[in-house]
Amino acid sequence: MKHLNLLLISLFITNPLFAANGEENYKAYCWQCHGMQGDGMGINIENMSVQPRDHTDKKSMSARSDAELFKVIKEGGLSIDKSVLMPPWADVMSDAEIKAIVQYLRKLCDCG
Amino acid sequence: MKYFAQTSFFITALTLSSLALANSGSTLLKERCASCHDLTGPVAQTAAEAWQRKAPDLFYAGIKYKREWLTNWLIKPTRIRPAGYLYFNHIKPGPKGDVIDKASLVKHPALTPSEAEKASAALMKLNQSPTELKQGEFNGKSISMSFGEMAFDKFNGCMGCHQIEPGYGGLSGPEVYTVANRLQEDFLVSFIRSPQAWNPNSLMPNRHVKEANIQKLVAYLVALGKEDWK
Repeated sequence: MKHLNLLLISLFITNPLFAANGEENYKAYCWQCHGMQGDGMGINIENMSVQPRDHTDKKSMSARSDAELFKVIKEGGLSIDKSVLMPPWADVMSDAEIKAIVQYLRKLCDCG
Repeated sequence: MKYFAQTSFFITALTLSSLALANSGSTLLKERCASCHDLTGPVAQTAAEAWQRKAPDLFYAGIKYKREWLTNWLIKPTRIRPAGYLYFNHIKPGPKGDVIDKASLVKHPALTPSEAEKASAALMKLNQSPTELKQGEFNGKSISMSFGEMAFDKFNGCMGCHQIEPGYGGLSGPEVYTVANRLQEDFLVSFIRSPQAWNPNSLMPNRHVKEANIQKLVAYLVALGKEDWK
């Protein structure tokens, strides 16, 4: 039964029909640090040793490729020599969902 | 023989009274808790479904919570998650960044001591675990507070979302300075190992912490729970 549950869970996670879109996932997982406006002013920042990136900063966001953004969301800050505070979201979102977040980031920074 | 009969009588009476307590608690759970908590499972399979839930799932409460804490908390509930169950429903923009929208937070109803006893007895019977949980997952070893904090904050970044003392740490996740008083240590080990095994749409990421380090993190949480935070 437990194996069946795990199978169903993995099917739901990987099936695009059940995936949330980039904006919805950004709201659920990114707002807490990067803020409702994407400006890096989330509710968690007060005691953070490294402040979250401002996703509305056109200049700094333009310096990041889509591949880099994908990698840091999927594998976490340490994967690109950035802060441990940025966690890896690979187990939470599918590659397609992470790509949708990257597309949403490009909208936020107006640097697509 | 007489001694055996008396002992059997008392054990049977105790078992029956415990069952009666859980049964009446079960009715109480259905009447007072089911409108916000899922008591039967299964876990939400889609994000949309998960994000509509109003409160933590309770269908595996018996393998997650500590009974004594449950009873006391139900009599006098306090806020565990500074920004509510799903933080993103309880925040608003402020002049210096986002803030908690306190007016949107719902206060958990309190039970009488008798109701709380019944409810916690019934909750401890709920064991529809979404994943396998082995007894004895936590090795029970201790850790110094300084090493523990280093593991929790510097090496794993958990403080980003969790408070390690009142007023210090992130606000989106539940406070962790009381977590070892609330939750069973074996559950904590399993949940840190894979939050998504318990809830595929958990807001807690899986950092793939090494087994030895999971033990250190839980040992730190246990140490935090022994501090007097009042």
